[in-house]
Amino acid sequence: MSNTKYTYAVARIRALEVSLFSDAFIEQLLACKSAEQVLQSVVEKGWGGMHTEHDAEAVLKREEEKTWEVIRDVAPDMSVFDVLSYPKLYHNLKAAVKEVCTEVKNPAVFYDDCPVSGEEMCQIVESREFSRLPGNMSRTAQEALDTLLHTGDGQLCDIIVDRAALEAIEEAGKKSGEPIIENYADTTVAIADIKIAVRSQKTGKSAEFMRSAMAECDSLSLDQLIRAALAGAEEIAQYLEGTSYAGGADALRESPSAFERWCDNRMIETLRSQKYESFSVGPLLGYLIARENEIKTVRIILTGKQNGFTDEAIRERIREMYV
Amino acid sequence: MSELGIVYALLGAAVAVLLSGTGSAIGVGIAGQAASGVVTEDPSKFAKVLIIQLLPGTQGLYGLLIGFITLSKIGVLGGGLADLSVQTGLLILAACLPIGVVGLLSAIAQGKTAAAAIGIVAKKPEQFGKAMLFPAMVETYAILALLISFLAVSGIQV
Repeated sequence: MSNTKYTYAVARIRALEVSLFSDAFIEQLLACKSAEQVLQSVVEKGWGGMHTEHDAEAVLKREEEKTWEVIRDVAPDMSVFDVLSYPKLYHNLKAAVKEVCTEVKNPAVFYDDCPVSGEEMCQIVESREFSRLPGNMSRTAQEALDTLLHTGDGQLCDIIVDRAALEAIEEAGKKSGEPIIENYADTTVAIADIKIAVRSQKTGKSAEFMRSAMAECDSLSLDQLIRAALAGAEEIAQYLEGTSYAGGADALRESPSAFERWCDNRMIETLRSQKYESFSVGPLLGYLIARENEIKTVRIILTGKQNGFTDEAIRERIREMYV
Repeated sequence: MSELGIVYALLGAAVAVLLSGTGSAIGVGIAGQAASGVVTEDPSKFAKVLIIQLLPGTQGLYGLLIGFITLSKIGVLGGGLADLSVQTGLLILAACLPIGVVGLLSAIAQGKTAAAAIGIVAKKPEQFGKAMLFPAMVETYAILALLISFLAVSGIQV
């Protein structure tokens, strides 16, 4: 009966999917005149918690917490969600290494909702007790700390940690044994590699730099991507046309924000079929990503309205909804 | 009188009840997990999901019916054990197999379909009628097996 262990979780998620925002509701938010009205509309939909109604950031943070509370509550096995917590975990490591090296304290740069909190991470890095870190992180931590101490090069330290994070995501995806998680992990790594290629091309970085920053993934050939990046922006787009990220080529030609939007939309597109699954972890992942997407979209609308962007400029950045 | 004959016949009744009952328990269990998931978030859907949850329970009843008929036929119920040859005993055992095996497998399959159908009710409660139909389709095959087991058990001369 192992294939029915997600039955309860999926049914509960299905009931929660009803309260996800539709494209029509996002249109309503766009039509609001001010950020206050937008905030008012989402609070009326039950967003935020006690005493957070007037603080947009608190409302959005509360919503992120709520999503994870639900997933933690229903998931029989949290290890399959490692792919989602790794970016935050490695971010904490990066921040802790820098904090220890520079001796500047700033607790606000850490994520608390991940397996190793900021405070704990700082203690680990300070006392060099890297064995307390999960998986291959200990080696990465040691390397990043040594590099930063010896060279003082923050970017090099970032590259080491970011690449390790991508590798950990790819590996966790493969280990999960769930095709949809594996697909998600591989897509995440591939998109990160494409972004590195685009930025490296713009800043004229070398092939060695790109190779040290990119992580291997199944859906892209790093050699070809690096070669394309060295040749120019158009070559990157042309290379992408021959891969499963063909849609991204046009978005890349349009603008960086269009490409970011395309990345998120593609993820939602991949996950959309999970709405019809009843016995796998897919719908849980779908819900998580859909919620993150929804919160991101509301944040974009809020900041857009606060800064007086035109509706068109905001609309260009709006993501497609899951439901 | 061969004592083995009555043993085989009783084994038949046991197979009918055991297998179909196990299937129904698993099926109702799977559907129950899904039902609990929905009611956790939306208790107002309790009645609708309960009906769907109960659909895989019928196989157990069919097995019970065949078991009951078999027991009364061989005289375990009502006193006076029938004098059964080994051949007749085996015939009765064979007659009980369809509802036993089909009951077990169809109830599990129906349980999974019911869990998926509960997903429909969670998102679109107004489509309850359609949601009921999908698990009900699986029922057809349990009924066919019941029919054959019923005809066979009734047709065997004791």
